[in-house]
Amino acid sequence: MSNSAGLFSSSLGRKYLMAITGLFLCSFLLIHLIGNVSLFTDPVQFNEYTRFMSSNPLIRIMEIVLVVGFLAHIIDAIMLTKANKAAQPVKYAMDKKKSTWYSRNMGLTGTIILAFLILHLQSFWYGYKFGDVAMTLDSSGAAIKDMYTMVLAAFSQSWYSAIYVVAMVLLGTHLNHGFQSAFQSMGLRHKKYTPAIKKVGTAFAVIMTLGFISFPIYFYITQL
Amino acid sequence: MAGMNLTLKVWRQNGAEDKGRIVEYKMSDISPDMSFLEMIDVLNEELIQKGDDPIAFDHDCREGICGSCSMYINGEPHGPEDLITTCQLHMRSFKDGDTIYIEPWRAAAFPVIKDLVVDRTAFDAIIQVGGYVSVNTSGNTQDANALPIPKADADAAFDAATCIGCGACVATCKNSSAMLFTSAKISHLALLPQGKVEAQERALNMVEKMDELGFGNCTNTGDCEVQCPKGISLDNIALMNREFLGASLKSEK
Repeated sequence: MSNSAGLFSSSLGRKYLMAITGLFLCSFLLIHLIGNVSLFTDPVQFNEYTRFMSSNPLIRIMEIVLVVGFLAHIIDAIMLTKANKAAQPVKYAMDKKKSTWYSRNMGLTGTIILAFLILHLQSFWYGYKFGDVAMTLDSSGAAIKDMYTMVLAAFSQSWYSAIYVVAMVLLGTHLNHGFQSAFQSMGLRHKKYTPAIKKVGTAFAVIMTLGFISFPIYFYITQL
Repeated sequence: MAGMNLTLKVWRQNGAEDKGRIVEYKMSDISPDMSFLEMIDVLNEELIQKGDDPIAFDHDCREGICGSCSMYINGEPHGPEDLITTCQLHMRSFKDGDTIYIEPWRAAAFPVIKDLVVDRTAFDAIIQVGGYVSVNTSGNTQDANALPIPKADADAAFDAATCIGCGACVATCKNSSAMLFTSAKISHLALLPQGKVEAQERALNMVEKMDELGFGNCTNTGDCEVQCPKGISLDNIALMNREFLGASLKSEK
């Protein structure tokens, strides 16, 4: 086997790919959360922000990179999980693990997050692009798609907001293990820095979860 | 002190082709001072006297250094205590009336030979592709101090070298991954000047062999490190990951 060509077909190569794509997706989450803050501050600003995000050429290119990142992360995870299941075909009658539940169930939490992502894209990405969106005015008085009202309408449904909260809590557990795990997979482990990386990972997971659930919770309660 | 009464649930499997099953055995008057393997010896004596087939299990030195004993006891490799092998486990770690599950290591790469005995030649195969230093040492040994080694490196290499290859890491890993074992072998040589020469080739060959043998992938849950009787650290897996990445990029093969 050629080692350089086979890098990403080896167990460790696949781990590097998981780590790189995972950290890339973390950067997307951060940008997505920052962009959403205008939902709380100014409806007009939020609508202008969504127009910018769906029309700027650079953002459109990054959208494709993002899709590739998601697909690579998901396909790689499926391949790794398949190999892992095959590596232990017989389960123990009695098995006690000392590790955390969420570190052992990245596949489960990842699958639920993927299901959420499809719902989320269907409501907002597909809905914005191809759906019937009401028009309103931007700051210069021109017509603009009213994404703000669309978001409010979606979060006024209790079941819809509840799905968001559950999915974002699971995303938090996924990030809590995944963030620090990415550094370990890349071999970046150090007596001084690794405890700090773990703390940053946990803080990132908590901020992402609380940040993203604040929208459905706030808009559900204020519309009661 | 009165002996303990125990219920054992032991995996019995008459050869690789047999489906295997859990069989229950009642034990009475077991001394808390007995080692776990002595307790199995007592059970086997009883089975032999009754004309039954004794339970097959691996054991050799019975002092925690050979890496032969390999029992998954009550859901943990080498039983409930930390940093010991099955032979160093004593019955005082259990209570009167306890039910104890005893199972073989579970991994596709470690097929069951009989009862609690698994075939661990997969570990030998990994060692054979790089777990050595190609230096002729006959008759021309140089002074040990001719090659200065930083104390921290020597300590880390020695810590990795304490791996006895028992397979507890693979057994407890939800993915039956052999990365703790393989990384310990890679780093204990890579950290020393004699082993550094072949470090990259070693990392490539040992990882490739590990994958080929059907061990799973590491998901960094850390169960291996917790269950390792020698306390081998996840630091070694990180070192292996670094070595392999550098080696893959530089390799001309």
